[in-house]
Amino acid sequence: MAVYRLSTPISEEIVRKLQVNDKVYLSGTIVTARDAGHRRALRFHNEGRQLPINLDGLAVFHCGPLMRQENKSWRVVAAGPTTSSRMEPFEDQFIKLFKIRMIIGKGGMGKKAVNAMKKYGAVYGAFTGGAAVLAAKAIKRVKGVEWSDLGMPEAMWILEVEDFGPLTVAIDTHGNNLFEIIQTKVDKTKEQIYKKLGIK
Amino acid sequence: MVTGKTVENVAVKLIQLAVTELPQDVKEALHKAYNEETNKIGKAQLKAILDNVNLAEKTCAPMCQDTGVIIFHVKAGSKVDGLDNVETALRNAAVRATKEIPLRPNAVNPFTQKNTGNNTGRFIPYIHWEIVVGETLEITVMPKGGGSENVSALAMLSPNQGISGFKKFVIDTVIKAGAKPCPPTVLGVAVGGGAEIAMNLAKAALLKPLNQPNPNPELAKLEQELREAANSTGIGPMGLGGKTTVLAVKIDYAHRHPASYPVAVVVQCWAARRATARIYSDGTIEYLTHKVA
Repeated sequence: MAVYRLSTPISEEIVRKLQVNDKVYLSGTIVTARDAGHRRALRFHNEGRQLPINLDGLAVFHCGPLMRQENKSWRVVAAGPTTSSRMEPFEDQFIKLFKIRMIIGKGGMGKKAVNAMKKYGAVYGAFTGGAAVLAAKAIKRVKGVEWSDLGMPEAMWILEVEDFGPLTVAIDTHGNNLFEIIQTKVDKTKEQIYKKLGIK
Repeated sequence: MVTGKTVENVAVKLIQLAVTELPQDVKEALHKAYNEETNKIGKAQLKAILDNVNLAEKTCAPMCQDTGVIIFHVKAGSKVDGLDNVETALRNAAVRATKEIPLRPNAVNPFTQKNTGNNTGRFIPYIHWEIVVGETLEITVMPKGGGSENVSALAMLSPNQGISGFKKFVIDTVIKAGAKPCPPTVLGVAVGGGAEIAMNLAKAALLKPLNQPNPNPELAKLEQELREAANSTGIGPMGLGGKTTVLAVKIDYAHRHPASYPVAVVVQCWAARRATARIYSDGTIEYLTHKVA
C-alpha cells in the first residue's frame, strides 16, 4: 500500500508501477466527463474533430459537479464522483483514443474498461462517493468549461487540482480489480447468509 | 392563514438544512460505523465521509454535488387556511434554493434530455399530500440522490415465496448494488399493497429516524436481522470492503392482494438527507430535524 503524489501529465511508465490498494494524491489538470461527455468526445473523434483539450496523460473525473458563477468566473461548490459503471460502454475507447492515464470515480468499472486499462496503461482511482466538499477543497481553479449545452452536470469541466485524494487505486494496469476481489468474497458469503436467514 | 411566502421561505430553509447538514441520528450512525470499522480502506472511506459532513456543515455547502430530486411530504391539517398556496410556494422554493444555496439542476426532460436548470419540471418537485386532523402544516423535504435510486428495485413475488422470498430479494438487491449506491446505505423496504404502494411506502420509510426501532416488535426484529445479514456481506463502505454496508433497514407494509406479494427496496446513500418543519396557525415555525438558531 504505497502512497504516490503524482502530477499530470502522468507517464505510462509511472502509471504501470501503481498497484491496487495504493493511494494517490493527484495534482495538475483533470477533466470531468459523464455519459453525455463521453458520447460527445467519441463522436468528435469519429467525425475527425479535435477535442477542446488534449487529454494525453490527464485524468478523467466521473463527476457532475455543482458549480456557481461569480463575477464571470466559476467556483466549485461540490464535486464528488458519480457512479462509474454508467461510463463502461465508452471507457475502453476513451482510454485507447485519448490516452488518459487515470480515471477517477466511484463504484468501479467492468471487464471492458479493466482490459483497456491493462492494455493501454491507465488506472482507476476511487474517491469516496459523496465526499463532494472534500473534493471541492482540492480543486484550486476552474480552467474552463466546454460543451455547457449538455447542462451543468454533463458539461466538460477543466479543473486544476492540488493533492486531490486520497484516491484508492482500485483497478491497476495488471488486471487487478479491487471491486471484483470484494465482489467475489461477497458472492462466497451468499449461501451462508441465505442459510442464516432461513431462505429456502 | 398560511401564506405562500411563509411556506416558500420555510421550504427554502428546509432544503438548505437538508443538503448541508445531516440529522443527528444519521451522523450518530456514521460515527458508530467509523468506530466499529476494522477494515483499513473501509475506515478511510468513513473518515472521508465524516470529514466531508463536518466541512459541509461548517461552510454551509451541500455535502454532495448530487443535491437530488426534490421530494416534499406535506401533512396538511384539515383546518389550515391557505393550502391552495402550498404547491406554487414549494415550486418557487425549489427555484430559489437552486440559485441561493445553490443546488445542482437535476430536472431533465426524459424525451428531449433538456435540463430545465432550476429543479422544477413536470411533477418535479414531487409533492406527497396527507390530510391530517388539526391546524398545523408539516413539511418534510427529502432530496433524493440518483446513484442510490438507480439500484432500488421492485419484485412482484409469488405469495408462495412469502417471507423467505422477501428476505432473499432484499439481500440480493444489496449484493447486486455492491458499491454503486455509496454504502453504507439505508434500506427502505416495504411489502404488500401493490407495485406503487410498496414503492411509496419503502421510500417514505427512509424518513424515519435511524435510531428509532420499528414500533412493531416483529418488524423491529426483521429489520435487525436484515441489517446484520447485509453487513455480513463484507461489501463495506463504498464497496471497498468492511463491516458496515447498511446503516439501518426500515420496514413498512400494506395488506396485499391474495395473488400478489410485491416487495419494494428503495436504497438511500449514506447522505440520508431529510428536514422537517411545522408551521403553526399562529405563524410560529418549529424545525423538527435540525437545530435552527
